[in-house]
Amino acid sequence: MKIVVPIKRVIDHNVRVRPTADGTGVDSTSVKMAINPFCEIALEEAVRLKERGLASEVLVVTIGTAAAQEQLRGALAVGADRALLIETERALEPLAVARTLTRVVEEERPGLALLGKQAIDSDDNQVGQMLAALLGWPQATFASAVELEGEKARVTREVDGGMVTLELALPAVVTADLRLNEPRYARLPDIMKAKKKPIERRTLEEMALDLPAQTEVLAVETPTPRQRGVILDSVDALIDKLRNVEKVIR
Amino acid sequence: MSSLILIEHHDGRISPACARVVAAARKLGAPIEALVAGYRVEEVAAQAARLDGVSRVLVADDARYADQLAEPLATLLAAHAKRYGYLLAAASTFGKDVLPRAAALAGVGQISEVIEVVDPATFKRPIHAGALVATVRSDAPLKVLSIRATAFESVGEQAPAPIETVEAQGEALGARFVESHREASERPELTAARVVVSGGRGLGSKQNFSLLEGVAGKLDAAIGASRAAVDAGYVSNELQVGQTGKIVAPDLYIAVGISGAMQHLAGMQGAKVIVAINRDEEAPIFQVADYGLVGDLFELLPELERKL
Ligand SMILES: Cc1cc2nc3c(=O)[nH]c(=O)nc-3n(C[C@H](O)[C@H](O)[C@H](O)COP(=O)(O)OP(=O)(O)OC[C@H]3O[C@@H](n4cnc5c(N)ncnc54)[C@H](O)[C@@H]3O)c2cc1C
Ligand SMILES: Cc1cc2nc3c(=O)[nH]c(=O)nc-3n(C[C@H](O)[C@H](O)[C@H](O)COP(=O)(O)OP(=O)(O)OC[C@H]3O[C@@H](n4cnc5c(N)ncnc54)[C@H](O)[C@@H]3O)c2cc1C
Repeated sequence: MKIVVPIKRVIDHNVRVRPTADGTGVDSTSVKMAINPFCEIALEEAVRLKERGLASEVLVVTIGTAAAQEQLRGALAVGADRALLIETERALEPLAVARTLTRVVEEERPGLALLGKQAIDSDDNQVGQMLAALLGWPQATFASAVELEGEKARVTREVDGGMVTLELALPAVVTADLRLNEPRYARLPDIMKAKKKPIERRTLEEMALDLPAQTEVLAVETPTPRQRGVILDSVDALIDKLRNVEKVIR
Repeated sequence: MSSLILIEHHDGRISPACARVVAAARKLGAPIEALVAGYRVEEVAAQAARLDGVSRVLVADDARYADQLAEPLATLLAAHAKRYGYLLAAASTFGKDVLPRAAALAGVGQISEVIEVVDPATFKRPIHAGALVATVRSDAPLKVLSIRATAFESVGEQAPAPIETVEAQGEALGARFVESHREASERPELTAARVVVSGGRGLGSKQNFSLLEGVAGKLDAAIGASRAAVDAGYVSNELQVGQTGKIVAPDLYIAVGISGAMQHLAGMQGAKVIVAINRDEEAPIFQVADYGLVGDLFELLPELERKL
């Protein structure tokens, strides 16, 4: 069984992001980029399933600029078998990403599409669910455990009230939450080897998909920061402030 | 064009977030309808009908919705979507699961985690863990919005709106509910509590984490946690506050032994008053705290509990 893992190149989570000078985008010039942490977890899970003999091939795919080859190479270094770059300069909306991935899935016919639950840049949390809808596949979002048993996947999901376990008939879409696993680091020899592996490339244009933009970003701003408060010298002073000044406790 | 709100419910009760989603919908200026899908949900429908601003409640009562699976729910939502200008749900794990699936079936995008309605086509939403706020405009005929509930004040009650039954539709497509685990707790629900006391890695162990119970008990507070505390196994995952956990906006948030990483701040910066207890005076949490105590939490927490 093949597993497709769509990954996204994002600004590293340690970077303090800023709006662009014109205030309509996020400044990504000369900042550190990385694979989205949730995609990293999805990939790790796929590689582990392959190592356990439950999957035959792991294909990573990203839709982005030529620079995203860096993240694809990183994925090859930790155990992906094949990497596909769908090249575009366009910043696609989640539905457009999902439509493009639908085409890839229809061509590749995997038994499982494993995605991150959200990209930490735009925080949309949509692509996996949309992909499942477009394919007519069942979905399990926010996975913290994935078991494959024959033609079925048993997935434990982290939800607001605790945990829910679902069983899905394959093929299916699963999106990874933080506690699904701890991704490995690539070993140096594997990084060197990954540099020589081919990356399959095609352009978004040649796929001739109809991907109209539906939204427009009018502004990107830094929210008004909270004012730094005061350090108090005692528990009594704190209780006094909360009770008599803020009136948030009795 | 009206708005349709997908009602979230558990065990026969609507989620408190629904009253906040209605508040967001009221800012759109269109008539508001609510969709209740579930099994034996008469009581839920009656509660939805009392949300101030709802003009009609649609009920799809059928066993296929018993487990609230995304597959049949999204199909049902998308089938009704054609008649509406907006589709809304809370940006809870339930809403996040169902809404994008329904949007894709309806052929439109979604705007996630709306925190402000600027005008009927323009919305603000946080990105990059709340480090930035984007203003986005949608020209889609159907706008699908997930609502960050804490950004809106709940609406009150009204005389019940009419309730109408609609036909059940949508299949599970091979998904099957197996089981669920909910942590039983006497504490108030995290996202609805007036006071939240949260602990981080600084607590050091599962046993120490229970020190928070004393203070939380005195303040009738919910207990929250940082990701580091959850990952270390001090508490279970549903208590995590932050970019990838719950978003809370209580009157009072007390962060104990939490450094204040951006991803944690993303979940609690909307609190009215923030208190930080940390032995490191350089900890970033003090940059957002209204009041800070610098010192050992193992001395300060018991003292606080005693004096409250
Ligand atoms: C300057 C700029 C302007 C933008 N303007 C707009 C705009 O006007 N409107 C708009 O809607 N969007 C806009 N975007 C794009 C938007 O920020 C998101 O990147 C896009 O909508 C995809 O959503 P997401 O990555 O948050 O998806 P999520 O649903 O959060 O991602 C979940 C998972 O989907 C997969 N995935 C996501 N993206 C990709 C990808 N490219 N390739 C492979 N797998 C992927 C990954 O597995 C990921 O973990 C803009 C982006 C930039 C940089
Ligand atoms: C993609 C991604 C998503 C994330 N999502 C979240 C999220 O949703 N929520 C979240 O919380 N984090 C999240 N994180 C993790 C986040 O970056 C931090 O690692 C985490 O919040 C740290 O938790 P902490 O503050 O408890 O631990 P630490 O950073 O280790 O801080 C512990 C603090 O305790 C103090 N301390 C120790 N002992 C004592 C004592 N005896 N008395 C007083 N103070 C003491 C220390 O001074 C320190 O400041 C995410 C990270 C990533 C990469």
